[in-house]
Amino acid sequence: MDIHEYQAKQLLADYGVKIAAGGLAYSPEDAVQRAREIGGHVWVVKAQIHSGARGKAGGIKICKTHDEVTEASEALLGKRLVTHQTGPGGKQCLRLYVEAGTDIAKEIYFSLLIDRAQERIVMVGSAQGGMEIEELAENNPEAIKKIYIEPAVGLQDFQAREMAFALGLNADLVPQAVKLIQGCYRAMRELDANMVEINPLVITGHNELIALDAKMGFDDNALFRRQKISELRDKTQEDPREMAAADRGLSYVGLDGDIGCMINGAGLAMATMDMIKLAGGEPANFLDVGGGASAERTEKAFRMVLADKNVKAMLVNIFAGINRCDWIAEGVVHAVKKIDMQVPLIVRLSGTNVEEGRKIIEDSGLPIITANTLAEAAEKAVKARNEVVAGNYQPPAARNTVTSL
Amino acid sequence: MAIFIDKQTRIIVQGFTGKIGTFHAQEMIDYGSNVVGGITPGKGGQKHLDRPVFNTVKEAVEQAGAEASIVFVPPAYAADSIMEAAEAGIKFCVSITDGIPTQDMMKVKIFLSKFPKDKRMVLTGPNCAGTISPGKSMLGIMPGHIYMPGNVGIVGRSGTLGYEAADQMKALGIGVSTSVGIGGDPINGSSHRDILEKFEQDPETKVVVMIGEIGGPQEVEAGLFAKEHMSKPVVAYIAGLTAPKGRRMGHAGAIISSVGESAAEKVEMLKELGEIIAPTPAAMGETVAKVLAKL
Repeated sequence: MDIHEYQAKQLLADYGVKIAAGGLAYSPEDAVQRAREIGGHVWVVKAQIHSGARGKAGGIKICKTHDEVTEASEALLGKRLVTHQTGPGGKQCLRLYVEAGTDIAKEIYFSLLIDRAQERIVMVGSAQGGMEIEELAENNPEAIKKIYIEPAVGLQDFQAREMAFALGLNADLVPQAVKLIQGCYRAMRELDANMVEINPLVITGHNELIALDAKMGFDDNALFRRQKISELRDKTQEDPREMAAADRGLSYVGLDGDIGCMINGAGLAMATMDMIKLAGGEPANFLDVGGGASAERTEKAFRMVLADKNVKAMLVNIFAGINRCDWIAEGVVHAVKKIDMQVPLIVRLSGTNVEEGRKIIEDSGLPIITANTLAEAAEKAVKARNEVVAGNYQPPAARNTVTSL
Repeated sequence: MAIFIDKQTRIIVQGFTGKIGTFHAQEMIDYGSNVVGGITPGKGGQKHLDRPVFNTVKEAVEQAGAEASIVFVPPAYAADSIMEAAEAGIKFCVSITDGIPTQDMMKVKIFLSKFPKDKRMVLTGPNCAGTISPGKSMLGIMPGHIYMPGNVGIVGRSGTLGYEAADQMKALGIGVSTSVGIGGDPINGSSHRDILEKFEQDPETKVVVMIGEIGGPQEVEAGLFAKEHMSKPVVAYIAGLTAPKGRRMGHAGAIISSVGESAAEKVEMLKELGEIIAPTPAAMGETVAKVLAKL
C-alpha cells in the first residue's frame, strides 16, 4: 500500500526526521490559511498523488504571495496529473500539501528497501539527489552507496555514519544524519514498511538536514497488525476496478489489450496471458479467481472482466485441482445464462473430471467455444477477437427481453 | 528415491483441526502419505482423523517421530509455527499459508540460519502448493492424481502452472520424480537454486523443469548454479511476458521493480547461461520430451 507524501512526512517526523513546516489543504482557502500559519515569504504547493516525478508533471508550484498560493491551488485541485508512474490515465489530485519554502544548498538521495536477493533491508544513498534512482543507477551506478543491515541486530550507528560520509556530509552534519537514518530504519521496522525513500534529502543554507520529499510503501500482508497505517489508505488513488476486485477477494490488474481473462492461479494466469500474446493478441486483464471458483465467484469474475468495455473476447482457463471441472462448468454456464454476453467466450478446462466438465458446456446449448489445450485456447480466443473486430460476430439474441411498460 | 519425502516420511499437520488443515490432511492420507498426527495448541491428547493431536511440535517429534510438517496456520501466526517446527527438529517443512508479512519471513530466515547446516530444517513456501513425490507421498494441496511417477523433477513458484506442466508431461507419458513448490512470496524458504541442488543429487531425477516468473533474482541465480554445478539438463519457463512494470500480478513477489526482473530479461539471461527454454507455456511438456529423447 502506498501513502501520500504528507502522511509519510508525519510518520517520519514522529521518528525524529526533520521536515519543513507544512499543512494539508482541500481548497484554495485552506491553502492560503496554511500559508498564513506557516508564515514567511515563500511556500510550495504540492499535489498529493500516489506517484513520484510530480515536479515534471507540474504538480509542485513555488509561490511568493498568497494570491499565487490561491492560483496554484485552483490549478491543481481536481486535476489529473500524468507521470511515467501513473499510466496514461494519470491520478487525480484532491489534496494539497502547503509547505514552507526551503533554502536548498545541496540535494541528496536516501532510501531503505527490502533486498530480495539478500533477504534483508538495504540502505541506499547517493550524493547526487533530486533525480530518480533508476536514472542514477543507469547513468552513474558508482555514485550509489549500498549498505546491508543484519536483521537480527538491526542498523548500527557505524553503518549510518558510513552512509553519512559516503553522502559527502561535513563532519558537523553527521550526528544529524545518523539520527535521521536511524529514525527511518525504526519507522520501516516498526510500521512494516517495505520502502522509505527521501528524495531529495536536502542540506539547507542553515546547515540542517531536511526531508524535502518522502515516500513510504507498506507490506499489504502486514496491514492486519498496522491499524494506524491501514487508515491512511486513499482509495481515490487506486484503480477502481482493482479495488472492487480486491474487495471481492479476487486479484485483478487492468491492462490495455482486448481479450478478457479469467484464470485460477497467478502463475497460470500469467502463462495464459503470455500464450495470448504469442498467438497475436493482447490480454485486457490479469484475473486470478483463486482455488475455490464457486458459481457465485465465477459470476462475479465474469462481471468484472466484462465491465471493461474494451473486451472483445473472453478466455476462461481453469485447471481444476482440488475442485472439479464439472462444478466449474456449471458455474460458467450459470454465469453466461445470467449475464447477457455480447462477446465470444472461449473456455478451456483441465484437471479433475475434465470430461464431465466439457460435456456440461457442450450440452448447455450456449455459444461457448471450447478448447482442450492452452495453445488451442489462446489461438481460438485471438481468432474470435479478430472476428469481432472485423464485424463478423453476431452476439446471441438477448434472452427473455422484458419490455418496459 | 525422490527428494525430501517418500513413503516412509512421518508427516504432521500444523493447524490440524482447522477446516483447511482437516480437508487437506484427509486428502494427503487418502493419497497414501504417512500422516502421523497434527498440532493444534490446546487440543493435545485428542484424536482427529484417527490420529493424535499434539500441543507442540516438540511432542509430535518425541512421541510420533515426526520428520516433516505442513503449515496451514493463519498468516499472523505462521512464522511462529515455522520456527517452532525448526526448533523441534523437523527436517522438511512446507508452508502453504499465503499472506505472511515480509518482515516475519526475514525473521524466519535468520532463525533458520542459526542452525548448523546438517541440523537446519528445509523450508519451502510460504504461499506454495507443497511437494509431491508421485506414488509415494504428498505433502501439499495439489491434485495428486495428475502426477505420474517418473524421472523429471519440477520446481516452481506457482501451483496451477506446475499442475499444467505435470499434465502436459503426463499426456506425453512423462512422469515426475518430485515436484516442489517454492511459493510466490518475495522472501521464501528455499530458492529455485536450493531445489536444483537437491535434484542434482537425486539419482532418480534425470531432467529438471524450472517454472519461474517475473520479480526477484532467483531464476537467474539458479541458472548460474545449473551452468556451473549441474550435470542434468534444466528446462526453464518464465511466466509474465505481458506483465507491466511495477504492478503486482497476484503473487506478492510477482512484481517487476528493478532491472533484470522482467520475463524477457530473465529468459535472455538464462539463454546466455545455456539453459533450455520452453518457448511457450504450452510447450513445457514437449520441450522436456525432446530433452529426454536425447539422453
